[in-house]
Order: sequence, then structure tokens, then C-alpha cells
Amino acid sequence: MDDLVRLAGVSKRFGSNVALAPTELAFERGKTTVLIGPSGCGKSTVLRLIVGLLQPDSGTVSIDGETVGENNIAMLRRRMGYVIQEGGLFPHLTARDNVLLMARHLRQPETDNESRLAELAALTRFPVEGLSRYPGELSGGQRQRVSLMRALALSPQLLLLDEPLGALDPMVRAALQRDLKEIFERLGQTTILVTHDLAEAAFLGHKIVLMNDGRVVQEGGLSDLRERPANAFVTEFLNAQRGVAMR
Amino acid sequence: MKTALVTLILAAGIAAAASEPVLIGSKKFTESYVLAEIAKRALSDAGSASEHRQGMGGTIILWEALRSGQIAVYPEYTGTIAEEILKSPQKMSLDVIRAELAKVGVQVSGELGFNNTYALVMSRAGAERARIRTISDLRAHPAMRFGVTHEFLSRRDGWRPLADRYQLAPPDVRGIDHGLGYEALRRGEIDVKDAYSTDAKIAEYDLVTLEDDLGFFPQYKAVFLYRASIDPQAKAALEKLQGTIDEPRMIRLNAEAERTKNYARAAELYFSGGSESIAPRAGESLTAKLTRWISRHLQLTCISLLLAVLVGIPLGIVASRGGAIGHVILAVTSAVQTVPSLALLALLVPVPFFGISARTAIAALFLYGLLPIVRNTATGLQDIAQPIRESAIALGLSAGARLRQIYLPMASRTILAGVKTSAVINIGTATLAALIGAGGLGEPIISGLNLNDHATILQGAIPAAVLALLVQWTFDLLDRLLIPKGLRL
Repeated sequence: MDDLVRLAGVSKRFGSNVALAPTELAFERGKTTVLIGPSGCGKSTVLRLIVGLLQPDSGTVSIDGETVGENNIAMLRRRMGYVIQEGGLFPHLTARDNVLLMARHLRQPETDNESRLAELAALTRFPVEGLSRYPGELSGGQRQRVSLMRALALSPQLLLLDEPLGALDPMVRAALQRDLKEIFERLGQTTILVTHDLAEAAFLGHKIVLMNDGRVVQEGGLSDLRERPANAFVTEFLNAQRGVAMR
Repeated sequence: MKTALVTLILAAGIAAAASEPVLIGSKKFTESYVLAEIAKRALSDAGSASEHRQGMGGTIILWEALRSGQIAVYPEYTGTIAEEILKSPQKMSLDVIRAELAKVGVQVSGELGFNNTYALVMSRAGAERARIRTISDLRAHPAMRFGVTHEFLSRRDGWRPLADRYQLAPPDVRGIDHGLGYEALRRGEIDVKDAYSTDAKIAEYDLVTLEDDLGFFPQYKAVFLYRASIDPQAKAALEKLQGTIDEPRMIRLNAEAERTKNYARAAELYFSGGSESIAPRAGESLTAKLTRWISRHLQLTCISLLLAVLVGIPLGIVASRGGAIGHVILAVTSAVQTVPSLALLALLVPVPFFGISARTAIAALFLYGLLPIVRNTATGLQDIAQPIRESAIALGLSAGARLRQIYLPMASRTILAGVKTSAVINIGTATLAALIGAGGLGEPIISGLNLNDHATILQGAIPAAVLALLVQWTFDLLDRLLIPKGLRL
């Protein structure tokens, strides 16, 4: 088993509230792992610990064998792409400038940047004429495509998506899910996706990690969860999203 | 031999071409220093190099230096010329003085405008206690202690003839240095001393001038004496000073010089038009005056605004991070704002380095301009949503790059609004600068208020209002030009 990211005994609490109990987790290279669970189960916390927005109270996070710490996090972040629900696009920059921000910061040649931009636009099916628009001039779905382009701009080893489609209407959402699946497969991208939608998890994930109350409850495919539930919570969670569970 | 001669001639020619600086002398007291500095500035403005030999001594030393050509210019008083230099037993007209001095190659400039006559002064309390109002009243008080300057003791228009004329014979008459005499008077070690009528100390020590009821003291109109041989442009520059300094202005310049111990600064005050009490420069058209007021006003506002931006934005950045330091910054800048502007000016004037100057006005305007900029910078930065911050961090941008490329541009609209508020406030507040002689559109407003002259007030008030509107428009335009389009959607 070839794991890109490992959490070893990682825990995090906010005051008296345990966001993540000591946890062992591994994320396989080239695969999409989905973290799923009810609100507040700790799935976003895992992502934020990996990208260094949070520091663990105990344990270590390692990426490609490197332990994440204060001195290497800035460099490691350049090997990761991070997309959040509302995109986190910078409103004062055009789509193009948002996507190329880091490449320019690292002084990569502008001609390379332009060809990379064209590649990304094609990959994410983003209309080229939209590149000179500001986020405020784009639809919600287009904004998420720009966020994805920005996350992919430096060809990251690891893509982290925190409910990237959460705020989109169902039609747009379905179209983006199809496109994401195609992109991940084409790139062989190691991806960690956080969602609360079981259908999305089943559609995109090679592996599903179900969490509750700061703990990992069960890992595996949808059929594992359905046929061999680890406990009553798994069944309850699946039943709550009946449409998928009954399929 | 021939080449040596040519070299010599060439050298002489070069020496003559590189014109010698005009040497200006002054007597050893404040007013003389200040007048000499004014002459120096006037000459340099006219393109003549000059040097000021400060405080060379008394009248005779200066006169001899001028007569012998060691100096070319020095400030003098008509009474002193008649009494001390020409040793005339009676008063002389300026024309007679001119004719006499022309014989030794010295010319007399036009009168500068004030009469700095000798006077006898007493402390107000002492004069009131003894009910002394005139010099004649001193006769009834033979026990009065006199402390007069050494020069006054020996002058032909000084102590002895004065005592003869007024029939005074006090037993206790001491020669004492001018500056020390004031201290002695304050401590009550002497009761009466001589003074000059434009002396800043008269106001400072609350002294009364005894009336010269027998008309003993001659007129001491200030003039410049200069060598007839100085070049015409230097001559013209000195003559231009004629009639430009009245008594109140001279007292003000003296006070400024004594307070700051900087005579060049006092002279600067003269050139910066730091006095509204003097009649405006003759023949200055309304357009010229408006141009002068408005450009000064803009100068005060722009410099102070620029400083406020340079200091305010960094302070705002620090304040946006909260914590104790952030709170202190906001509290202090807010507190400054609550000080009435007039009081702030008054508080700054006695501070060394400031005084009666544009510098003080700029400092006050800067302090006023600070709060809107600091507060808006802090608020603008704090209002940036958490997901945006986290996205910027997660991208791997350094802290400095995040601030420069993301946070400050995103806060730019709020910051610019703060700068605009600050600019509009400053345009209004800058009218108060005229109170401390810093000029600007407050000059006509204040003199109009003093004279109860509405037309004059409007000459300042209307342009000030128009300026404020223009500043508004300029900033609205800047908003369109500077603020990224994406923030205006």
C-alpha cells in the first residue's frame, strides 16, 4: 500500500470540545478518498490539519514521508491544492490572476503560465473568455471551476476539497461531479474530498471514511458500509440518505 | 614673463567674477540679529551671496566696520545715527542724515516701518504700587533703583541727558547687561530699566512703559545702512524691505527669535508672511492673494495628509491585529481627535521645534488626519472574511505577500474612504493655521472676523468650500481609478 498522507495519533481539541480524537488515517496515492459524516464530525478538521491551518495537539501529519511542521509547511502548501465551499477566490483579481497568483509569485515564465492556463481551462471546461472576469461576474459553478484551476495550477501532489460543491444547485452540481471524476482519473490525482452527501462520496471516492464525533467509524467502499456496518451509527447514517442506501 | 602677467590678469579677472559675499553686521541684541537675517534672506532671494557677522558689538564698532568697508550692511536706527554717529545736538531729518552719511560713502535705506525708541520700563506691580505713569513721576521717588545698559549710560540720548532733562538724581544707578536687567527687574533687584519699545520682553515680563511726557527720546526708525558701492541688485533688495515691518510685527519676530533662539527662523517668519497684522503687500491683486492662500492651503493639507497616510496605514495594519498594542493605537488616535483643533495648535506652539510656523500647522493637521486613516485601515483589514484569509494561507503565500497582494488591495476601498475623510477634515481645519501665522485660506477669514468684514471672510470661506468639494470629487475619481474593478461589483 502506497500512502501519500498519514495521520499518526493526531488529535485536536478546541477548548473542551474534542474536534478529533487520536486518529490513525492513511490516504492512498493516486486515489480519491472521501471523508463523510454529519456536521461537526471532524472531517473538515482533518483537511485543515493536513494543510496546516490547524496544528495537531498530539501526533503527526506526514506528507510523502515528510512530517508537517512550522518550518516546512509553506513549502508543502505549494505541493497541495485546497478548495473550499465558497471557493475563497480573491474578489479584486480576475479569474486569470486568481489562478496564476502563485505561479507569478514564484516567478514562473509568463509564457508557461499562459499555456498552463489554457490547459486548465480545457481540463475544467471553463470558458476562456471568462478568464478576464472577476469572481463577482461569474456564476457559482464557474467560480468553483476557477477555484479548482487555482488549486491545480502548480500541479499539486495532493488536492484537498472541502465541500467544494456544497453551495451549488443540483444540476450544476451533477455536471461538476462528472467533470471532477474525469479530471481525477485523467490526472491520477491524489485527492481528499470532504462531503456530507453519500451519493457524491460513492460516485467520486475510491474509498469512503465515515466519521462521527471526532472519530473514524468505518473505512471502505459503499458496499462494505452497507453490507458490513461497523455499528448502528453506520446503518443510521446510510438510512438517512435512503435514496442511495436502497440502491 | 609675459605668460606670468597673463596668468595674473586672468586670475584677477576670475576673482572679480566670483563676486564676494556681501557682509552683513548686527549689534548684540535680538532685533538687530533678526533684521540682519532678514537682509541676508532678501539678498539671497535677489541672487546676491551674503554672510551674517552676528552680534559684533555696539553702535561704534558696527559703524566703524561699515565705514572702513569690513562690513557692507547693518541695521541701524535714525535716532542712533543722529546722536551717536553724527553727534548732532538736535534731531535730524532722514534727508539730512542721508546727505551727511553720503559723504563717507554710506547710504541709508528707506524706513522699515517701526520706531524702536528707548523707553524706561518698570514691572506693572511696582509701577502701580508707586503710582508711576510718566518719567516725570519718578522725581517723587528718589529711592528707586535704576539698572540701565552700559550703552544707555553713556549715550548722548541716554541716561545723563535724560536725567538732566527730567531732573532725576537717583543715588542708585547701575550699568547692567540688557538681558540680565530684565531678570533683575523680575526678581525686584532693580525698579527701573531702559528698554526698546519693540522688545519682546515687555510683553513677556508684563512690564509697563513709562510715558516720555517731556518728549525726550528721539525717533528710532529702523533702517539699513549700507556701503554705496554694493551692487545694484543687492541695493534694490534692501530697499524693497521699506515699510514692511510695523511695531507689532517686529515684537512678534523678536518674540519668535527669543523663544526659538533661532534668528534665521524668525527671519523666515517674516518671509512666510507670518503676520496678518501688517498691511498686505502693497498692490497685490486679489488673484495673486487667492493664489498665494490656496497654494499655501493645499501645501499644508497635502503635506499633512501625505504624512498621515504614511504613518496611518502601517498603524492601521498593526491595529487590525487587535491585542493590547492595537487597542492603544486606536485609543490614542481617537483621543487626539477629541482635542479641539484650536487647543491642539495652542499646545504645540510652545513645544521646541514647532512654534509659530507652518510646521506646527502641519503637525496638528497630521494628528487630526490620522484617526480616519488608521481606523479605516484596521476595519478594512478586519472585515476580510476568514475563508479568504485561509485560502491565501493555504496557497502558500508568505505573510508579506498576503498583506500586499491580497489583504491591502481588498481593504483599499475602505482605506481610500478614510484618506478622503481625512483630506476633507484637513481642508476645513487648515483654515485655523492662519492663527499661528502659517497662512492659507484662514488668513482672510481671520482678518475678516477681526475687522467684521464679510467680503474678506468670503474670500477665504468660498475657496475653502470649493476646495473641499474638489477634494471630494478627486477622491471619487481616485476610487474609480485605483480600486480594483472586482471590488466595485
